[in-house]
Order: sequence, then structure tokens, then C-alpha cells
Amino acid sequence: MPAAAAAEALNLPRQKIELVAPPYVHAHEQATTAGPKIMEFRLVAEEKQIVIDDEGTKLRAMTFNGSIPAPLMVVHEGDYVEVTLVNPASNTMPHNIDFHSATGASGGGDLTLIGPGEQVMLRWKATRTGVFIYHCIPGGPMVPWHIASGMSGAVMVLPRDGLKDGAGKPLSYDRVYYLGEQDFYVPRDAKGKFKSYTTHVDAFADTMDLMHKLIPTHVVFNGAVGALTGKNAMPAKVGERVLIIHSQADRDSRPHLVGGHGDYVWETGKFANPPQTDLETWFIRGGSAGAALYKFLQPGIVAYVNHNMIEAFELGATAHFRVEGPWNEDLMTQVRAPGPLQKTNLER
Amino acid sequence: MPPSTPPTLASQAPSWALALLVVLLGLAAVATANRLSSAQAPIALPDLVELGPGAFRYRDPADVWRDGQPTSAPLQSIRIAGRLRIMRHQVTAADYQRCVKAQACLAIDGAIDGAIDGAIDADATPDRPVVKVSWRDADAYAAWLSRSTGLPFRLPTDREWAYAAGSRFADDAEPADAQGADPGRRVLARYDKDVDRNAGRDAGFGKTPQPIGTFGANEHGLLDVAGNVWEWTDTCFVRTTLDALGAVEANVVNCGVRLVEGRHRAYMPDFIRDARAGGCSVGTPPSAVGFRLVLDAAR
Repeated sequence: MPAAAAAEALNLPRQKIELVAPPYVHAHEQATTAGPKIMEFRLVAEEKQIVIDDEGTKLRAMTFNGSIPAPLMVVHEGDYVEVTLVNPASNTMPHNIDFHSATGASGGGDLTLIGPGEQVMLRWKATRTGVFIYHCIPGGPMVPWHIASGMSGAVMVLPRDGLKDGAGKPLSYDRVYYLGEQDFYVPRDAKGKFKSYTTHVDAFADTMDLMHKLIPTHVVFNGAVGALTGKNAMPAKVGERVLIIHSQADRDSRPHLVGGHGDYVWETGKFANPPQTDLETWFIRGGSAGAALYKFLQPGIVAYVNHNMIEAFELGATAHFRVEGPWNEDLMTQVRAPGPLQKTNLER
Repeated sequence: MPPSTPPTLASQAPSWALALLVVLLGLAAVATANRLSSAQAPIALPDLVELGPGAFRYRDPADVWRDGQPTSAPLQSIRIAGRLRIMRHQVTAADYQRCVKAQACLAIDGAIDGAIDGAIDADATPDRPVVKVSWRDADAYAAWLSRSTGLPFRLPTDREWAYAAGSRFADDAEPADAQGADPGRRVLARYDKDVDRNAGRDAGFGKTPQPIGTFGANEHGLLDVAGNVWEWTDTCFVRTTLDALGAVEANVVNCGVRLVEGRHRAYMPDFIRDARAGGCSVGTPPSAVGFRLVLDAAR
């Protein structure tokens, strides 16, 4: 069969997807009775300066489509993913993509390396279900630098008949959120203040030196400390089942819902494996994505943290769900309000 | 009124032990501190604002529970009978540095403020408010200034601070929709209030202390009240339990936690220097914390 003709020969329908910025996810079917499609996506490499905390710390970031993490792309098993990668002339560096859900040629990295002012189109078949990361992989020290600067996202390949629990019973969700956890390494000056740089190239040497120590200055969800708290807290309602997709391209993480649980957790992110149930904290291996399904049972602010609390509270890895609905007194009640110590029978 | 010739500064470098003693004894040290001859420049009296007697509306900063439900302390009319003399501006980094040089205050680039690799705090600009100081640091400064000037300086109580802050004092009543609500609604109401009041609060200034006067004067002439630097008070954390009729059943006082005043009230452990680490797990902490002192009214 001629090159680049296999999918066309199948005469498959095409669907063009407009990606949306995380934590939101483009509209999709959770299960489908339709046959495979060619799913079209467009990713634009964008080098820019962003602010990553409320101190105003600046980072020379690299992104796909301007967001950290890059958008979540949702397809079904057997679909073809057709990605146009654009490297605008305003950029300074070559970029490419390694899709962990794709097979061959470094996940497409070998076939997508383009310089500023170029574009390329890659098509691969989604043969395995689950959530998988994708990231830039331009070679040598550029690989960890581009990833630590923000160039990773995720693909979700759903089973055509949807998610299932360990007994084969269908599972569905009312909302889905995509949280990309990102470690940043921002050099400091002699006085201990974070440095900012005029260009990406200026930032390279200092940043690599810091990366070699493997101690990030920031660990954040969605590109900045507080990106998913306050007015950006993720809405949900009591009784809603929320699918939480979590990726980390570099480091291990250990997500935990404060005051909640993982009802069904695909810790390694691959839907052909039965989900674990009733978890308190789960594990995201560096270089992978995982998925957790939880039905919110109480209203309030439910924090989603990396339960290395040093990373959550000191480095930024905290997100909030803002959950509305009725309180369940049976699940929890404050029997006695805070007050002075009471004498026990023993003390009398 | 302040004397026209300020007393001279203690000079013979006090030992570390003395400095520590001063910290521990706090104001108690004032009465007994001796005055040594000085080779250093005398300490100028701080610029003070004097407020006369008056009345104002005020809510005690207690954490109040009534019949098992969190509620607001009652809004009261408070009378200040005497005069209140308070620093016109917050203690500056240069002011504080004089205390450090006299070995009566701990340096601000100390080990507990999160400074990296022994780096000196870049916020320590001389003409700007000193920040990253704990209540203990502020208390030590008050003790040293009192010794150095012969006048009894101390941190203000929350009532004094509120009186001096005037129109810049922020009432911290519980949000109406938190009263009597279930724990879920209550936390959402508090969260939303916190988000609203902090929206863009540091816009243009960030958390970096600004030159004295940047945030202007209030009606009493105090500068920078409720700017981006909060201020330590002497007031301890109090939990008050009321019965169903509103009568006080119990007060539990915790002086290991002190009240910080500014654009909103916050509570911080007395040893904490970094405002970011202050407050509890819910709510936005102060942008930065410094202090200003009052001259004790008894004098």
C-alpha cells in the first residue's frame, strides 16, 4: 500500500476536533456504536514567557497550544489520530511530539521534528485504551528541558463501549477534568530571588544546572501555583461522578482527594486493566497518566493534592474542587463544637 | 509628650545571651534595662501620631461558637478613654537593622525564614517596611527600642490597632450565608469571601514591601495602613463558647498564636516569619507581615 494511504483506503469518516485548554476537555462520546474515524487535531508549539506563581515568578515556557499541560485529546480504540504540528516562524527552536499511545518511530518523534516556520502531519492508530502522555522529544538535553518547560499533554483512548469496572459493569462520568502536574526549575540570583531571562536560550544553561539537582522550585497543576484554586476552582455537585485524569511527564506523584476517595482508579491509566477501588491515595508514575473516578458525596472545598504535602503546600501541587449540594450528617457530624477541655470520669 | 532629647543607645555589644534574654523577657526587660553609654548614633524617636479619646464600632477578634455553631462576635461600640500614640509608619528595614546591629534583634536573613543557601533577603530595602519578622522579633524590637529611648514601646492590642486604622479597619464578620449553615455551605461561603476580598489585592505591588507612604495616609495621618504589609498585634487567639442565649460559657486563650492586622485579620504562630506560612490551611495568608509600635498609654 502506498505511503500515507492506509487509512484513506479504508474510506473512514473524518472528525475535526477543536481542542480546549485544561482542566477542561473537548466534547466527546463516552461510548460509541459508530465505527472508527480519522480524528483530526492541530497542535501549535508556542515559546513564551509565563508567570508561574503569585510572587510573579517568570518562566521561559514552551507549550503546545499555549497551555500547560497541553490539551487532552480524546478518541476511541481503533480510531486514527491525525495531528498537524505547527512550529511558527516566531519560535526559536525545533519541536516534535512523542505520543506514548502511538507505536513506532519514537511515538512519532522521529517523523515530526520541525524547525520554526514549518509544519508536519502525522497519523497513528489508537490500538490500546487508556490515558497516555505526549511530549516534545527533540533530542539530547533539549528533551528534559522542553518537558520541564511545559511541553507535555495527554491522549485518552476510550474503549468503544466505554469504561467498565472489574466485573465488566459499565462506568460513566458526569464531568471530566484533566490535571497536568508540572515540575519547574527556576534559577535564583545571588540574593535568592528567582531570575527571569530575556530569551529561552539565555535561560538554558542555568536551568539545566538546576535540573541536574532534581529538586524543583515549583510543582504545580496546570502551569502555575493556584491555577486551579480560588476563582479557578473546578466546579462539581454532590452526586456527580467526576473522572480526573492526571499526567506527569517527569516525576512520580501521589494524588489524594482531601476528604474523598478514588472510587475506581486506573493507577497506570490503562483501561484494559480492572480499576482498583476505594483508594485513599494512588500513584502516578513519572512519564505516565492515570485516571480516577469519584462520586462527590459531601459539599465544600475538596482539595486534590500531591500527597507529598511538601510539594502540595510548599511547591504548589494543590487544586480545589468547589462542590455544591446538601451536607450528609450521617457521613459526618461535629458532635461537639471546639471548647475548653472537659473533665473525664477518670480525672474526677 | 516625647522628651526633646532622646536618651542614648546602649552600645557595649550585648552578648548573645543578653539578646536572647531580652527576647524571652520581652517587655518585662524594659523596666530593668540599664542604660550604657553609647558610641553609636543615638536612636531618634519614631514619628508618632497621637489620637485623642473617641468611640468606634468594633468586633472582638475571637473565634466564637454559639450553641455549637460558629458565629461572629457582636459588633460593639468601644470607647477609648485616653490618648493613643502610635508610629506614623511601619518599622522600616533600616530601623530594624539598628536593633540587629545592637545584637538585640535576630537578623532577618535567619535560618527560619526559608531563605535559600543563606541568601540575604532581597526585600530588605532600607526605606521600606521590614517584613519576614515574627511576633517574637517584633517584641524584641519593642524591648530594644524601649531600652534605647527610655520610653515604653510595645505592640498595639487589636483594639488599639483598629482605633488607629480608622476607616481602614476591616470588619471580619462571618459571611451571612455561613451562619447556621452546614459544614459544606459554611466552607464555601468562607472560601468565596476569601476569593472576593483577595481578588487583585496586590495588583501593581505584589508582595514586595513598598516605600513608606506608598499606600497613603488614613484620616489620622497613619501611613500605609492595610497596604500590602500586615502588622503584628499583641492580641492572643481566643476561642469563645456561648450558650444558646449568648452568655459566655468559656474563653480559651492561646498566646502562642497572635493576631495579625491589615486588609483582613489573620492568626499566625508567634515564631513564624514568613507570612505565606501564616494562617490556617483555608484562606489566603497575608502578603507580608511587619509591625508598628505604640507608646504605652500609662506614660
